[in-house]
Amino acid sequence: MPVKVMIPSPLRPYAGKRDSAEFNASTVGEALSHLTTEFAELRKHLFTDDGKLRSFVNVYVNDEDIRYLAKENTPTKDGDTISIIPSIAGGCI
Amino acid sequence: MPGAYTLWISNNLAEKIRAHGAETYPHECCGALLGRDRDEMDNSGSEAPVGSSAKGIREVLELFPLVNRRDDSPRNRFSVTSEDVMSAEKAAREQNLEVVGWYHSHPDHPARPSEFDRDHAWPWYSYIIVSVQNGAPQNMTSWRLNDDRAEFSPEGIEIRHRAAVQAGGSSRTEN
Repeated sequence: MPVKVMIPSPLRPYAGKRDSAEFNASTVGEALSHLTTEFAELRKHLFTDDGKLRSFVNVYVNDEDIRYLAKENTPTKDGDTISIIPSIAGGCI
Repeated sequence: MPGAYTLWISNNLAEKIRAHGAETYPHECCGALLGRDRDEMDNSGSEAPVGSSAKGIREVLELFPLVNRRDDSPRNRFSVTSEDVMSAEKAAREQNLEVVGWYHSHPDHPARPSEFDRDHAWPWYSYIIVSVQNGAPQNMTSWRLNDDRAEFSPEGIEIRHRAAVQAGGSSRTEN
């Protein structure tokens, strides 16, 4: 059973309107790499030009924020759910 | 994505956004917009035909006001936590709606997205900005980030009766 990646509403237009996708992956980074390979248009919204996860992209494995685990090296196992949660911020200046 | 967008919102909800901006002045207010895209639904709730005139129309049916978490710089910044985002999404699901965007205020600044807004924006979402000058809400605008992330496109705001928003009826202009 592969890993399931939940795709948030704002990114679904770049993922064939799908709300999830499944991949065989042993880390979060590997799953996101599969995701952005299958849906190349997603890449610029998830990663900076130098390949780092954007600061306003939060990623959870099941209910755990990967920032408090091993970030993109966080291991995954079959049946895990990876959620991409938008971080919302802005300001007048 | 197409360049022409329209956001339908009732006068009541638009006034609530303005009031929230006045209430938190001189700090920025923020909250989620709950609603749906009309190009995905017709009045019976099924898929609209390709080429439907509803293309690009989004309706806001509820608000989910949030607390600005930027304690360090609330006069010119806002942010919400992941938990806030998940709470807003849960509230939307419970009403058979989606989080279709976010609103925030610009205290003593125009209702135009800043570079900081653009840098932190997501595509697809509608971003409503209300200008609050000396505590009084002024102009309100809405924007969507372009696919290339280089700039926002303006989204027209159409004020509608609440009943008309739900039924897809005719509009009227209110100020």
